[in-house]
Amino acid sequence: MTKKPDTAAETEAVDGTTAEPVSKPGVSRRGLFGLIGVGAAGVAVGAGGGVGAAAAVGSFGTQGTSRTYDFFGTHQAGIVTPSQDRLHFAVYDMAAGASPDDLIALLQEWSAAAARMTQGLEVGETGATGGSLLAPPQDTGEAIGLPASGLTITIGFGPSLFTAADGTDRFGLAASKPALLEPLPRFSGDALLPGATGGDLCIQACADDPQVAVHAIRNLSRIAFGRAAIRWSELGFGRTSSTSTTQATARNLFGFKDGTQNVKAEETKAVDEHIWVGSDDGPAWMAGGSYLVARKIRMIIETWDRTQLQEQENVIGRDKGEGAPLSGGTEFTAIDFGAKLATGDPAVPADAHVRLAHPDNNGGARLLRRGYNYVAGNDELGRLDAGLFFISFQRSPEQFITVQRSLSSDALNEYIKHVGSALFAVPPGARAGGWVGETLFA
Amino acid sequence: MTLRSRIPAALSGAAIVAIALTGCVANNPAGSDALSVAIADNACDVSVSTSAAGAVTFELNNTGSDVNEFEILAEDKLRIVGEKENVTPGQTVSYVAQLEPGTYYTACKFQQVGSPIGLAEFTVTGESQALSGDEQARLDEAVTNYVSYIKSQAGELVPAVAAFAEAYKNGDDDTARELFATTRVFYERIEPTAEAFGDLDPKIDYREVDAVAEGLDWTGFHRIEKDLWPPAAGDLNSDGTDAFLDWAPSTTQERTAYADGLVADVQDLYDLVYASDFSVTLGDISNGAIALLDEVAVGKISGEEDWWSHSDLYDFAANVQGAEVAFGNVKAIAAASGDDGAALVTEIQGEFDALDAALAEYGSLDAGFVSYDTVTDAQRKVLSDQVNALAEPLSNLTSTVLG
Repeated sequence: MTKKPDTAAETEAVDGTTAEPVSKPGVSRRGLFGLIGVGAAGVAVGAGGGVGAAAAVGSFGTQGTSRTYDFFGTHQAGIVTPSQDRLHFAVYDMAAGASPDDLIALLQEWSAAAARMTQGLEVGETGATGGSLLAPPQDTGEAIGLPASGLTITIGFGPSLFTAADGTDRFGLAASKPALLEPLPRFSGDALLPGATGGDLCIQACADDPQVAVHAIRNLSRIAFGRAAIRWSELGFGRTSSTSTTQATARNLFGFKDGTQNVKAEETKAVDEHIWVGSDDGPAWMAGGSYLVARKIRMIIETWDRTQLQEQENVIGRDKGEGAPLSGGTEFTAIDFGAKLATGDPAVPADAHVRLAHPDNNGGARLLRRGYNYVAGNDELGRLDAGLFFISFQRSPEQFITVQRSLSSDALNEYIKHVGSALFAVPPGARAGGWVGETLFA
Repeated sequence: MTLRSRIPAALSGAAIVAIALTGCVANNPAGSDALSVAIADNACDVSVSTSAAGAVTFELNNTGSDVNEFEILAEDKLRIVGEKENVTPGQTVSYVAQLEPGTYYTACKFQQVGSPIGLAEFTVTGESQALSGDEQARLDEAVTNYVSYIKSQAGELVPAVAAFAEAYKNGDDDTARELFATTRVFYERIEPTAEAFGDLDPKIDYREVDAVAEGLDWTGFHRIEKDLWPPAAGDLNSDGTDAFLDWAPSTTQERTAYADGLVADVQDLYDLVYASDFSVTLGDISNGAIALLDEVAVGKISGEEDWWSHSDLYDFAANVQGAEVAFGNVKAIAAASGDDGAALVTEIQGEFDALDAALAEYGSLDAGFVSYDTVTDAQRKVLSDQVNALAEPLSNLTSTVLG
């Protein structure tokens, strides 16, 4: 357990001890630009630096768009941070000729830009409109006037960053590769598309305003040009998980509450036990980090939608309205897997999703899920290309693998298809003024 | 296919007893105006091809060498509206069917397997008879007839698979390729039933990607399919993996094992549906209809089912036929439930007709279908849209039937 950084006094407690989001008078980019101008990357912007009316500027956010979370801290933000409403997730591949120095510089520049954007500041010293009329603006500008919107930027390293498929040590990092950082095994229901699988680096940008999240990925991608380029990316328009007890459980596109049993930031013991890589886990540079699993799960929603309510509930193992387990009670009532119906059948069917995913059936394995609903247009048959962009954080990829294997007989498999998959090592947070990944190169 | 049916096979003795309702409601004694049916191993001659609506008595006489059964089929030649099983050699037995005006077909089934023998049109004329006031009797009849239909399809599947497997085993790949799609039809028409028997569908009909994903030995139709239409270097499986990943053409020995395995698994299916305690519930029938449509929507439309043979349209048509038979078995019950039920039946029938017409543009089960890889995305979308148009009202059938 760690102390939260002093500078984070008004922001998210990165160790999860106080997950209550802090709403404060917001800072708009325009206002800050005028007031502060060209602060060095990493400056902690205090609440007093903003213009009071900024909170009213955000037009999309549903809750406290003026929230800010510190970029710096023991752990990266965007993990135990209460799930924001929107996601833009991007996976990058390093350019073929990129050097170790290119990688380091990229991580440094990403960190600097992320530190600014998470505080509602524009990217670069001259931002979107403060530079030469004869030069393109440093910041792309679509977030002008929008508050920070709770933006977090979380950076991770894929297996291929350490060793290429042919074993090449691309950046001299092979010796530092975590033993657990291997591409995920093939699972039941996998129909993986190369365009949504694997990658060298990932950035998870979450915010309560979609434009702020997109702005972050867009500007970070621009910074990367020449050194790294997007391999695939995904927009998530609605959170499906709650990561704090202060949040109501959200619904996925099946219409069911998702993540009722999620690890919550307030469960500090569980967070330490299940989410953060311990200092003895190895490698040392990952201490305080976590592993991010991303799975793009296409839902066959047209078929699901014409399924009887009773079957839908049996597939999930919960009632649709309240989210209570079929063994009775209310949403947060513990599931009684032994409960029987009058017919003698189990109240929660043997192949119900909640039964197979439950820690009791997975050697106690728990995940911190941070998934988002996605709709990426439609397919060639006019069916919505929709589903769950599943993200989970865990101390070890084995936790996810255990649960996913257990789901091989999940009744839900009839209605889903895993089309994307990736695993990333998420290093610990950057020290104030430092950069994400510094421990790896130390 | 992979769709796991949620429909439990009602195998317990508590299930609805499959008695031939039609045997109990004769309003005219057998004899005077009874039609005679001369049953032989290769013949099924009904003395008269028309009758007035109502209770129709058939005097069955089996002069053949082994057990036979007499069937009365609906106009689609699939749905069974009356059946008398276990007519033993030398036996004469009277059987009464309650028939509404319409076109039917009569047929026999030697040894209770294989294709209908002596299929002949049978016309019933006159006024519609008032339905039996006994609603339970009507429900029982729907169940009885649906069970008979499942048995008849299983009975046709067994010899068809035997011939297909034999050709494959002997390396007569031309014949095997020819038989592949038409053999599967009998299975695809009753797929939800097979799926209700746990491990049978995975053994008979899993695609490679399903078996690999679930860690099962890959056997059955699709294993054989890949041998018969082998991939070329660089070809991909439906999930995007290399076609040669953990796969090689079967050896002669392996062919024998897969052929014999399929024959045995299909025999298991036959034995299970012919077991005296086999039955289904009314909900199973209507749910089976929508399950078959979902099979189409998920597996066939995309071309993933018959990835190597591209004979998806045969499966597609068979699934739709199976759904239509199931619907036909319960539609009178749905229509009798009230104005909403009657309107639903009309709507569903209209969408079935439209889907049948859309499919007919690509061929028929009798004449053959075009290879699915020649059907463009735009054409597939037309089919997909029509499947959805049918599936939406069809998904309301169960609640209407069970009221």
